[in-house]
Amino acid sequence: MSFEYAPAPESRAVVSIKPKYGHFIGGKFVAGSKHFPTINPATEEVLSQIALAGKAEVDAAVKAARKAYVSTWSKMSGKERGKYLYRIARIMQERAREFAVLETLDNGKPIRESRDTDIPLAAAHFFYHAGWADKLEYAGLGTSPKPLGVAGQIIPWNFPLLMLAWKVAPALAAGNTVVLKPAESTSLTALLFAQVCQQAELPAGVVNIVTGDGSTGSLIVNHPGIDKIAFTGSTEVGKIIARAVAPTKKSVTLELGGKAANIVFDDAPIDETVEGIVNGIFFNQGHVCCAGSRLLLQENVAEEVLHKLKNRMEKIRVGDPMDKNTDVGAINSKEQLAKITELAAAGDAEGAERWSPTCNLPTKGFWFAPTIFTGVTQAHRIAREEIFGPVLSVLTFRTPQEAIEKANNTPFGLSAGIWSEKGSRTLWASQQLRAGVIWANTFNKFDPTSPFGGYKESGWGREGGRHGLSAYLKGVSHE
Amino acid sequence: MSFYGLVDGSDASLKSYLNNLSGVDQVGAEARAAMLATRSIKTTSKRWAIETAITMVDLTTLEGADTPGKVKALCTKAVRPDPTDSTVPSVGAVCVYNDMVSVARTHLDLIGGQHVPVAAVSTAFPSGRASMPVKIQDTQDAIDAGAAEIDMVIDRGAFLAGRYIDVFNEIVQIKEVCGDKAHLKVIFETGELVTYDNVRKASFLAMAAGADFIKTSTGKVVPAATPPVVLVMLEAVRDFYEMTNTRIGVKPAGGIRTTKDAIKQLVLVNETVGPDWLNPKLFRIGASALLNDLLMQRMKLDEGYYSSPQYVTMD
Amino acid sequence: MSNRIDVKKTYKLYINGAFPRTESGRTYEVKSAKGAFIANPCLASRKDLRDAVVAARAAHSGWNRATAYNRGQILYRIAEMLEGRRAQFVDEIMQVTGVTKVKAEKELTDSVDRLVWYAGWTDKIASLSGSTNPVAGPFYNFTIPESMGVVAAIAPETPSLLGLIDAVAPIITSGNTVVVLASTKAPLSAMTFAEVLATSDLPHGVINILTGKKEEIAPWMASHMDIDAMDISGLPAKQHAEIKVAGAENLKRIHSFKSADPGRIIAFMEAKTVWHPIGL
Repeated sequence: MSFEYAPAPESRAVVSIKPKYGHFIGGKFVAGSKHFPTINPATEEVLSQIALAGKAEVDAAVKAARKAYVSTWSKMSGKERGKYLYRIARIMQERAREFAVLETLDNGKPIRESRDTDIPLAAAHFFYHAGWADKLEYAGLGTSPKPLGVAGQIIPWNFPLLMLAWKVAPALAAGNTVVLKPAESTSLTALLFAQVCQQAELPAGVVNIVTGDGSTGSLIVNHPGIDKIAFTGSTEVGKIIARAVAPTKKSVTLELGGKAANIVFDDAPIDETVEGIVNGIFFNQGHVCCAGSRLLLQENVAEEVLHKLKNRMEKIRVGDPMDKNTDVGAINSKEQLAKITELAAAGDAEGAERWSPTCNLPTKGFWFAPTIFTGVTQAHRIAREEIFGPVLSVLTFRTPQEAIEKANNTPFGLSAGIWSEKGSRTLWASQQLRAGVIWANTFNKFDPTSPFGGYKESGWGREGGRHGLSAYLKGVSHE
Repeated sequence: MSFYGLVDGSDASLKSYLNNLSGVDQVGAEARAAMLATRSIKTTSKRWAIETAITMVDLTTLEGADTPGKVKALCTKAVRPDPTDSTVPSVGAVCVYNDMVSVARTHLDLIGGQHVPVAAVSTAFPSGRASMPVKIQDTQDAIDAGAAEIDMVIDRGAFLAGRYIDVFNEIVQIKEVCGDKAHLKVIFETGELVTYDNVRKASFLAMAAGADFIKTSTGKVVPAATPPVVLVMLEAVRDFYEMTNTRIGVKPAGGIRTTKDAIKQLVLVNETVGPDWLNPKLFRIGASALLNDLLMQRMKLDEGYYSSPQYVTMD
Repeated sequence: MSNRIDVKKTYKLYINGAFPRTESGRTYEVKSAKGAFIANPCLASRKDLRDAVVAARAAHSGWNRATAYNRGQILYRIAEMLEGRRAQFVDEIMQVTGVTKVKAEKELTDSVDRLVWYAGWTDKIASLSGSTNPVAGPFYNFTIPESMGVVAAIAPETPSLLGLIDAVAPIITSGNTVVVLASTKAPLSAMTFAEVLATSDLPHGVINILTGKKEEIAPWMASHMDIDAMDISGLPAKQHAEIKVAGAENLKRIHSFKSADPGRIIAFMEAKTVWHPIGL
């Protein structure tokens, strides 16, 4: 006898997707000229046609942002700017279900995640930054820090609405206007957000949304009318952007890739640690820059932890993202699936041992079963390269020092995890680790008050908290 | 005596074993329980869960004011929860004070409830504050009167003072009195143990001492059977099974009032120890008001509209 | 045109989320600026104060444990509710104090905006007044500001609404609970504000509002051993010394302020510093 959960689908009725979208420029929806399809990665159903912005549209957006900055937004008191952001936060909370369903359809992530994590955090981000708009003199950047002007923002497909919130909220709170490009495979919630801007009566041109692909992003990065670039995406593209803006006066912040070490000491609280390992790499299908993709187990507990981990992985529910009981959803695109498959094959070829629980994967759509590789060493590709999928590489260590060395032995430095019940060791390890976000006895926790960003090749700058404001303000002496 | 080779019966070995168990992170355990509480159990699985939960209820009355009349009414309800619907199964057991066992057993046998066991609370329930001879007599009286299940309380004072060996020995002695006549449930009173680390220790202690079931609470103290506490106990039972190949049962009691609460418990079982535990031999729910909510929810699923307390019997 | 008789409001106290009358049975007259009778608000007694402190104490642990985000959301909702009832407040302020409509409207605007300002502080004050401290040793050392407990406040006579908001909002921002004595001459805005609080998801007992005489209530606040701090901005300066002497019995933290700034929030927080070794 077994307890099978009957299908528990969330209703699609709450969203209405148009067959075709344009851009949001100067407070209005304007038609696009060229289009490409956006699909539901769980079913391969075409959801809509998204516009591909070219030079004309990007120029128009930057112009609208500049006009709004000069004539309205930079003249407005922080108090009033803040109230617009509060309105946006409130309306996002009101339309939370609509956003959650749309995000799941477009991205492939489980509805439980969109509903319980992505959307609430996005609204909270606006709420938090609304309160900074009239308190900038307390941000630690001098008594009257100034905004930068027009920000060009390019965001990834893994947390579409949340990444939009991380970019737009602080930019606006600090007094900048924005031109934002969502990822090509996940533009729908950004376009719905544009509607929220209208409902909030945000002055025209303060937020502009142009959709498109890498070419659109490049137009934004290189546009002379933009004062600041904010980018979240791969380290490879981050370097291209850094080189492109070097000869200009643009400021730039980058939030790039990672290959985080998740370190388990022998005194870790074992059941919660197993949960943390699972959350660390399988949450959001592993499409997380800060994912705990390298599990470093203290050798004397490795066998026990792996045994429990495998048992726990058997219970992961992979399937229809619109089902409320799904834990792991679809891979975002065919391209990403190919990358994951290729790197996993490299793991096999290099002699690591692959294991997955039995999963009934759907036939349509893009799917990859949660996978672990044991017997991995630092020299393996799957220990060095970011896979950005539900694949965990497991390594061992003998002493705390060795754990730290292995953890730090990477050009990345975004995040790390520490599992131990000994406070002094946890603090010692956090002191030694070269990572911008360190989770102890937890993982993948985000909060608008908590700064997020990486060391080394994981990027420049922080998002969230008091520290995150400096990305969008200049102090008196900063050139 | 069952030690399952984990401890040799000495104070030192027991202390060492319990103190070396992995700790439980409160935030992590509560987060896991909260995530499992989001499982959406609908339609056929909900119907199955309700039906199963009914068979797991230990229908309980433990009041100073209990009379034979009250106990007999409880027994009638236990055998036939809904007089208008004979497809509703009987509950898992009837749970009473030991001086009411005989009334319960006699009445159950009279009304065709031979298949419903009587569980007696024992060992100076709920406080556990009495001498060992009194506790032993308490248990013996209940078994003599027909109890097939004994729900004993541990000495929380001894536990919190670190005298694990005393807690252990008491369980061993009560288990001896039970012999093969009654199964033994050991109540921790988790609300008084407070930390999840203590609940984990108590779980291993009781299982090593021979408990057939581990039980959260007496129902007289709040908090009682919260989902994270039950999760921690289920994890201990799972680990114990891996070590000894013995399945120990789990009984949450207290605070489980609605069908939603009961279903959350079943989900915890399903995703921690697995479906083998989803039957009354290995999982019980100590409750009284819960039964009627299960019946009303069952009616709603069958009839398609919301029911009212008027359509279920108060006892 | 009918001569319709309007239904006049009864003004009571606001304690523990409910609107009880004063246990003393006493009231006093509030007249309009022109001398016409308006209402008989309660003249609160020391026993009402006692009950309010009990409520505030009981509410403290829950309010303190609420996330800063949650407290901010509630403060923002108070602003939403107040904004929606502008007209009522403007009328009442004009009636009682005789100011012009323009002035009354400005007070409402400032009051709503002030609440929004405080709402934005709940999750930022810790970034400002907390710190990690680079001690000279292998220790992780951090300072966290925490709420104190129950704070008693005396609101200024005018402005009757904005002054009350400045009295209570900075106190509850950080997790304290408060018992406030409203303006004596113009208490009605305070009690109507209590209605706003009652519809803002604010937990019972976080804010308690009394109306009455300063000379009667203030000394009892000062001597009450279960009040941790006081804001005496609304008390005339010449009375401050006497209050501070009485408050010294349990070393109350007693402050008064001239304007709104984050210092008003920090003044009612305690700094807790923790040391923890760093090592294997």
